[in-house]
Amino acid sequence: MRLEVEITGKTFRSAAGGTHEVLAPVRFALQSGEVGVLIGPSGCGKSTMLRIILGLDHDFAGRITRPPEARIGMVFQEPRLLPWRSVEQNVRLAAPDVADAKLAELFKILELEAHRNHYPGELSLGLARRVALARAFAVEPDILVLDEPLASLDDALAGRLRDEIATLVASRPVMTLLVTHSLDDAVRLGDRLFFLSPRPARIVAEVPIPIPRDRRGEAEIAAIKAGLAQRTQGDRTERDVS
Amino acid sequence: MLRLLSFTLFLAIWWIAALLVGGAKLPSPPAVLQVMIAEASSGALFLHLGATLARVALAFTLAMSLGSAIGYLMGRVKLADRLGDPWLILLLNLPALVVIVLAYIWAGLTEAAAIAAIAINKLPTAIVTLREGTRALDRSLDEMASVFAMPRWRAFRHVVLPQLAPYIAASARSGLSLVWKIVLVAELLGRPNGVGFEIGVAFQLFDTPRLLAYSLTFAAVVLVIETLLVQPFEARANRWRPRAA
Repeated sequence: MRLEVEITGKTFRSAAGGTHEVLAPVRFALQSGEVGVLIGPSGCGKSTMLRIILGLDHDFAGRITRPPEARIGMVFQEPRLLPWRSVEQNVRLAAPDVADAKLAELFKILELEAHRNHYPGELSLGLARRVALARAFAVEPDILVLDEPLASLDDALAGRLRDEIATLVASRPVMTLLVTHSLDDAVRLGDRLFFLSPRPARIVAEVPIPIPRDRRGEAEIAAIKAGLAQRTQGDRTERDVS
Repeated sequence: MLRLLSFTLFLAIWWIAALLVGGAKLPSPPAVLQVMIAEASSGALFLHLGATLARVALAFTLAMSLGSAIGYLMGRVKLADRLGDPWLILLLNLPALVVIVLAYIWAGLTEAAAIAAIAINKLPTAIVTLREGTRALDRSLDEMASVFAMPRWRAFRHVVLPQLAPYIAASARSGLSLVWKIVLVAELLGRPNGVGFEIGVAFQLFDTPRLLAYSLTFAAVVLVIETLLVQPFEARANRWRPRAA
C-alpha cells in the first residue's frame, strides 16, 4: 500500500477578494509501515495539506493517490469527540466492527478503562486525546494521521502518550503521517522527516532516519538531533553567504 | 410542592375575584367544576376534547416533520435557502386568520382544510428554528464523521441529530403552544365539534361557566402533555451536558 501526494498548488480567496497561496508544490510518498513526519512552523499550511490528503478539501491543484479501500484513522488537533456519546460509544461509532477484546486491550494500553462510560465533557484534555487515539486505532487503520496529537500537554504526559503511540504504531503495519512542530517527537517517532517552509509551504528537506524506531536509545536520538541541528545551521550559513 | 402552592394561590385569587364581580361574569371554581362534571358524565367533554386533540396531533406532526426537513435543507443547501427565504418571510407574517379563512374558502369546511390551515401556521417557525440549528452544526464533527467513513445514516443519527435536538425541542414547545391557540380559532370558524366549537357556542349564549369549564380542561391537558412529553424529551436530549452547579 502506498500514499502518493502530488500537490501542485493551493490558493484560497480571502473575503477581501485577494488570492493567497497556501501551498507551493509539494510531493512525497509513504509506504506501508513507514512513519512520515511533517515538521514546520505553525500556520505554514500543514493542516490544509492534511485536509487535502484526507479528502476533505477538493479545491486544489494536483493529485492524491491512495488505495480507495484504505481505512483511515485520524487524531485531530482538538479531540473532536461527540460530547453526547460516552467514551466507549465514541470509539464504537467510528469502529463498529471492533472486537470487545481488542477494545479492552486498547483501553488498557491508554489507561481509559475507568472512563468507558464517561462523557467527553467530564474528561481532561489529556484523557480526551487518549480517547481520540483509541478511536483512531480501533478502526485498525491502513493510514493513520496524527495532527499534533501531543500539543498543549505537559512534558511528562506528552512523553508517556508518545510512548503509547510508538507501541501502537509498531503493533501493526500501518502507514502513519504525523504532523508536529516538535523536533523531539519527530525524531522519536518518525522514519522520514519532511521539513516544511513557512507559508506557502514547500518541502525544504527530506531526511530519512536509517536506525529502526525500536533501536533508538537516548544516545542515538541525541546524535540524530545534533546532526539535524548542524544541517539546518549549514543551510543558514549557506544562505548567508549567497 | 412549590407548584402546588402556586396553583392553590391561583384558585384563591379566582375565588375572591368571583365573589367580588359576581357569578354572572366570573363563576366561582365550584360552579365551573359542576359544569365540568356534568359535561364529562354526558361524554360531550371527551368527545370535543378528543376531536381537538386529534387535530392538534395531526397538524403538529405534519408541521414539525415537514418544517424540520425543509429547515434542515435550507440550513445545509445555500440554493434552497435563497429560493425558500421569500416564501418563508411571507408565511411567517401571514396572519393565522387569513390562512384559516382562505383554507375554508378554497377547500370547503372540511377536516383536511382545518388541519392544513393549522399546520401552515406552525410550519414557518419550525423551518426557521431548524434552519438556525442546522447552521450552527459543528463542521469539525462532520469532518470527523467523513474521515472515519461513517455511513450517512449513522452520522446523521449520532453526529447531527443530537446537535439538532435542543432546536427540535424548542420548536416543539413553541409550536405546540401556537397550535393550541390556532386550533380553537379554526374550530370556531368552521368545525361542528371540538373545544373551539364549544367555546363559540358558549360565547353566543354568554355561558361563562361552560366557557371556563372547556378552556380550563383544555389548559389542564396542555399542561399534562407538556410535563409528560415535552419536558422529558428535553431532559433526555440534554443528558450529556455537564449539569450546572
